[in-house]
Amino acid sequence: MSEYEIIDHEHDVVVVGAGGAGLRATLGMVSGGLKTACITKVFPTRSHTVAAQGGIGAALNNMGENDSWQFHMYDTVKGSDWLGDQDAIEYMCKEAIPSVTELENFGVPFSRTEEGEVYQRPFGGHTLDYGKKMARRACAAADRTGHAILHTLYQQCLKHQAEFFVEYIATDLLMDDNGKCVGVLALCMDDGKIHRFRGHQTVLATGGYGRVYFSCTSAHTCTGDGNAMVLRAGLPLQDMEFVQFHPTGVYGAGVLITEGSRGEGGYLTNSEGERFMERYAPTAKDLASRDVVSRSMTIEINEGRGVGPNKDHIFMHLEHIDPATLHMRLPGISETAKIFCGVDVTKEPIPVLPTVHYNMGGIPTNYHGEVVTRKGSDQNAVVSGLMAIGEAACVSVHGANRLGTNSLLDIVVFGRAAAQRALKTVEKGASHAPLPKHVTDKILARLDKMRHAKGDISVGEIRTSMQNAMQKHAAVFRSNSSMNEGVKKVDTIANSLDGIGIKDRSMIFNTDLVEALELENLMQQAIVTIKSADQRKESRGAHSHEDYPERDDKDWMKHTIMWLNDKNKTKLDYRDVHLNTLTNEVATVPPAARVY
Amino acid sequence: MAEFALPKHSKIVKGIDYPFIGETKNSRKVNVYRWSPDDDQNPRIDSYTIDLDECGPMVLDALIKIKQEIDSSLTFRRSCREGICGSCSMNIDGTNTLACLKSIEDVKGDINIYPLPHMDVVKDLVPDLTKAYAQLTSVKPWLQTDTKPEQGKSRKQSPKEREKIDGLWECVLCFSCTTSCPSYWWNGDKYLGPAVLLQAYRWIADSRDENTNERLDDLEDTFKLYRCHTIMNCTKTCPKGLNPAKAIGEIKKLQLERK
Repeated sequence: MSEYEIIDHEHDVVVVGAGGAGLRATLGMVSGGLKTACITKVFPTRSHTVAAQGGIGAALNNMGENDSWQFHMYDTVKGSDWLGDQDAIEYMCKEAIPSVTELENFGVPFSRTEEGEVYQRPFGGHTLDYGKKMARRACAAADRTGHAILHTLYQQCLKHQAEFFVEYIATDLLMDDNGKCVGVLALCMDDGKIHRFRGHQTVLATGGYGRVYFSCTSAHTCTGDGNAMVLRAGLPLQDMEFVQFHPTGVYGAGVLITEGSRGEGGYLTNSEGERFMERYAPTAKDLASRDVVSRSMTIEINEGRGVGPNKDHIFMHLEHIDPATLHMRLPGISETAKIFCGVDVTKEPIPVLPTVHYNMGGIPTNYHGEVVTRKGSDQNAVVSGLMAIGEAACVSVHGANRLGTNSLLDIVVFGRAAAQRALKTVEKGASHAPLPKHVTDKILARLDKMRHAKGDISVGEIRTSMQNAMQKHAAVFRSNSSMNEGVKKVDTIANSLDGIGIKDRSMIFNTDLVEALELENLMQQAIVTIKSADQRKESRGAHSHEDYPERDDKDWMKHTIMWLNDKNKTKLDYRDVHLNTLTNEVATVPPAARVY
Repeated sequence: MAEFALPKHSKIVKGIDYPFIGETKNSRKVNVYRWSPDDDQNPRIDSYTIDLDECGPMVLDALIKIKQEIDSSLTFRRSCREGICGSCSMNIDGTNTLACLKSIEDVKGDINIYPLPHMDVVKDLVPDLTKAYAQLTSVKPWLQTDTKPEQGKSRKQSPKEREKIDGLWECVLCFSCTTSCPSYWWNGDKYLGPAVLLQAYRWIADSRDENTNERLDDLEDTFKLYRCHTIMNCTKTCPKGLNPAKAIGEIKKLQLERK
């Protein structure tokens, strides 16, 4: 492997990813005096957090409704269909208030109320008084809240002179012989040199893996690189069967139309012009949880009440809303509708379809952001030196279904928590133990193999097959027969990776190679996702099983954890859901039927 | 009369032609600038003929189709594909824009694609934006205050005050404007360019920021600010419909007012 020049770096902490979670963690660590490297495959403001639209949930109570974090916690537990860990949910909903206030203090350009406070709008599944009526809890910067937050966090990192390594793609974790994570290896895209980053904590903030599906709201770069690195490090991923379909992706293009548009009064209709959500969710209607709305839309289409020439989508209406309100509150999606479907939202409805949007599953962690695994009877064994935050992580605050606005909240609260934890646990400037040579060699061998791959199947071909298989067999509704077939298909497609070929042999900005590495990452997650789905014999949150239409708390109120070995063979186990709360400020929300 | 000619190695030559194989009623030729530093070759234009009936509506869809089906070595940045991340800025049909927002239908004839002009090229359509990013950092684009907000509280800002930064904070940092500015082409080492000046004004205009005077002092410079000659290419080209020229005008006005 002498061909590769390796450049060594030593830091206290290494953060992988510069979306909202990675930047919030980096900011907390740098401002606390830890020497921190933030490695990112795209310039920070290009990370997918930038595309979040509707808002960030926090019971700031700016709209005079007596909102409280306890209501927010109840909604989140119910939204998770009782698969969320209640200690972590309590932490998130309580810390939401200082975390979002802090964001305002950092300079986020939130929209404002007449009183000059941060503006809050209604959002799906967020209620007052334990489900009695809809709450206005989503703190919004028009319909570009993610953009506002991501840019502000980057600005704060600049202020604190954080050290960024931009357009570096992390390839694998450096795991020592005791199973401790001691850093990460990355490829600098600009010149093809290999960089070895040593850190006493490595924080994975690498986002979701929406691109395993053919149609998703996720960016091209959402390939879940951190999740795959964890699998290759011999650690499990958790609850990977839970994939959120957002009710309103633009039909065809798949780009997102925020749930905030329904928060501002938008509604869905079928081919009969009926506001069908009133039948499925009498109280919350169009603002029921995303899994509920996506299922309802799919049923309408399956029963022949879809709109359009092929009756294969649904209309979302905004044209009854005052154009001035649309201009002030929803300028971004007005533009998106115009560009991607030629629709003037003040006059016509937007054609929409449930579209893959978010991964509730990911790297299991505790509420400090420390990665955990199951070792025998110890279900919460901390993996030394490794943290995960944001969409990459499964804390689990979203359980089987995430509420809108809770993803921006998740990244900020747990980015902040990870920094606080690292400041407590990492000794500044401590030396790094020597790293056995075989650790790096193994990673380089994988990279080298891909770089010289001479097979006759292109990255694009394999990726499309995988995406189509996942789209078909791990969809809104699933069944035994469909998933069995899906498992076989994905296995076969994964084997075809052996025949992959790349054309670009250059070491300079080799996106052919990067996409091949990303494809391998996606494939490993596709296997774990479809196999996790196949084994869960119940319906819960985003996992709707036609052969088992009911939730089964007796047998299935548990987290799936799944390992994958280098032969693509999986190993399955479970972890208990944490029903306990963190403090006695709030009681456990007991499982109940989920009605909106 | 002085003769101007490009250095020998900068001359763009004709590259590879990839004709369409099969039948199509709706073909289109896409001509793309190609260059890589690791061989000694001149930049070239490769031509790919694609079937638009089997392609998404945007220029980015065409590029992805080419990379996916014809030539996987074609190199460009892309991420969100919905005009919010700012990755895929390039020169299409003679105008700087985001490939993901540029409709193929809007281009008549061949689609000609070059990297953002007057920037160093890393490879193909990937420009080196290091200098632009450093200029962004130089205007200290973060909230600066001396007073502290009340413990645990947000700062107050009225909707009217907040409105003043609309059209400023939405910038996606694609640098389409900066690289369309002739003044930046000449003096890009010292002139900050429209994107960065827009960012500078975003903080001047924010009622919460308390360092307006220092910010204006920093910008009071023949080059940093006053190389803007109101050419207006920036506003014309902005794929997000923002108006950097107006922001620069506002800064100049404030400079005058405090004299």
